[in-house]
Amino acid sequence: MKGQLILIPGRSSKQGVGLNKGKLKEEYIRVTTTLELSFEDAQEIGLETADIVKISNHIGETEVQVKVLKEGKLPVGYAFIPYGPPSSCLFDGETCGSGMPASKGMTIDVEFIKKGVKKKTVLPPRTAVS
Amino acid sequence: MSAASKDIKIVNEKIVENATCTFCGCCCDDITLTVDMDKKVITKAKDACVLGKSWFLNHVIEDKPIARIAGKEVPLDDAIDEAAKILMDAKFPILYGMSDTVCEAQRHCAPIMDDCGGTIDTTTSVCHGPSGMAFQGVGEPTMTLGEVKNRADFVMYWGGNPAEAHPRHFARYAVTPEGMYTPNGKDDRTVVIVDIRHTKTAGVSDIFLQLKPGKDFELLWMLRAACKGVDIPNDCKDICGVEKEVVEDLFQRMKNCNYGVIFFGMGLTMTRGRHFNSGALMALATDLNEFTHFVAKPARGHGNVTGADNVVSWQTGYPFGVNFSRGHPRFNPGEFTTVDTLSRKEADAALIIASDPVANFPKPAIDHLTSDKCKLISIDTKNTPTSEAAHVSIQTSTYGINTGGTVYRMDDVPISLRPAFDSPFPSDLEVLTKLRKKVNELSKKANRPYATKKYM
Repeated sequence: MKGQLILIPGRSSKQGVGLNKGKLKEEYIRVTTTLELSFEDAQEIGLETADIVKISNHIGETEVQVKVLKEGKLPVGYAFIPYGPPSSCLFDGETCGSGMPASKGMTIDVEFIKKGVKKKTVLPPRTAVS
Repeated sequence: MSAASKDIKIVNEKIVENATCTFCGCCCDDITLTVDMDKKVITKAKDACVLGKSWFLNHVIEDKPIARIAGKEVPLDDAIDEAAKILMDAKFPILYGMSDTVCEAQRHCAPIMDDCGGTIDTTTSVCHGPSGMAFQGVGEPTMTLGEVKNRADFVMYWGGNPAEAHPRHFARYAVTPEGMYTPNGKDDRTVVIVDIRHTKTAGVSDIFLQLKPGKDFELLWMLRAACKGVDIPNDCKDICGVEKEVVEDLFQRMKNCNYGVIFFGMGLTMTRGRHFNSGALMALATDLNEFTHFVAKPARGHGNVTGADNVVSWQTGYPFGVNFSRGHPRFNPGEFTTVDTLSRKEADAALIIASDPVANFPKPAIDHLTSDKCKLISIDTKNTPTSEAAHVSIQTSTYGINTGGTVYRMDDVPISLRPAFDSPFPSDLEVLTKLRKKVNELSKKANRPYATKKYM
């Protein structure tokens, strides 16, 4: 099970809370290794919440846990991950003369590795409005 | 916590009124802290948001050495001597970070790099650095958050998610507070969110525009053209993902408001276009002043990243990415910014202050920073991947909790901090004052041409 998506790393409140508890602690590591996917992409690739996947590009690769979002929360073809070491290992150092690396919108390959352990029941997605 | 332990009264309790939370750029200065002075912990942070609570309540005095060299505990002065020697011996030393410390400490950073002919850069370069470049290109139609609270009836967030990154921005400054000319709070305001994701922020909006990824510049330019009387194109939806009628309605609202403001985030600066996106947005705000009063402001992340920009600007003339190798400050993003100097493997010594590039930088930059080709010195308040990888690591006390000083809110308003309790660790100011003195001594001893008492 493989797919290609565009990754948008960003801030989240859980990441901020985890950061304050300690970047070397479990909570921060868990939050920053959670990849959010749209419902449609998860179906297309064959992934479920809690699955462990490898995400990679020409810069690097890392393993993260999948979280499938409800419909409409994320455009199809895109994935979100809170800032942290896993997202950094996919950033290119090229800044196009601006000092700012292209930290959002990099193309990544997503590949299923293994089933993970679901911590709680995931609500079914809302059905599309006809 | 058990019911019994809840009932235990803290004997040595201290209340700190109007404390400032320095976690994010909002710098909320209305927090009431309850401090257990025996255990040296904050037990309550009244009025703080979820991030502020975690900032204050998770702060503990860690049982770890003040200074380490190659992992071994050493006296602070030895660590400072070693750090100064590394910086002076390096061919291309860099200093990076500064966004989570007070202005009084920040002002020692440029002189350190001046004396060793190095490069100074702040976390702005990987945050709103492109906006800083755009300010120089098109200017900044600016304001204070107090003005926004009292006057703004049109509030727009573009490419940012304040509900998660600046949780009190809505309630304290921009959306719900009752202002002088907006007495009914949110009812007197139109709130517009432009983003590619339906974030928690979108839930607050009256109008949510879900833009096609990477099409910010196109929509901004359409709105700029509309200011000059050009029609919104019929294929607007194909271009940027938003219906023509929605954009026309948006433009009318922007034009007809009494006081409009756009806050913008990393969605503009970290994507393709970078400073062109920020520049287009600020130029749009300027253009709208033909019709009404309109302003724009970057939503800054770290507690005193705005202070770092201000301090480096008043010392060198430039906000970030400044090089002193020729004896005078030179500004060139892409050449003197930290991601570039590390990715190109140019830097051979790095002084990292109050930031964590090993966790946040692109992989090529991290690879060089953590290699034996670059001596890493870390000054930070917590254990981070950077402090763990550092050759010289100095732990300092936390600003706003253990030490006072001045920070700049995201709207460039300076705020004085009220610390809650003392720390056994030295402050950034103390460490950087010593380091600056040592570097200056070595610089004079080595007859460096630019070893002066500048900025003293």
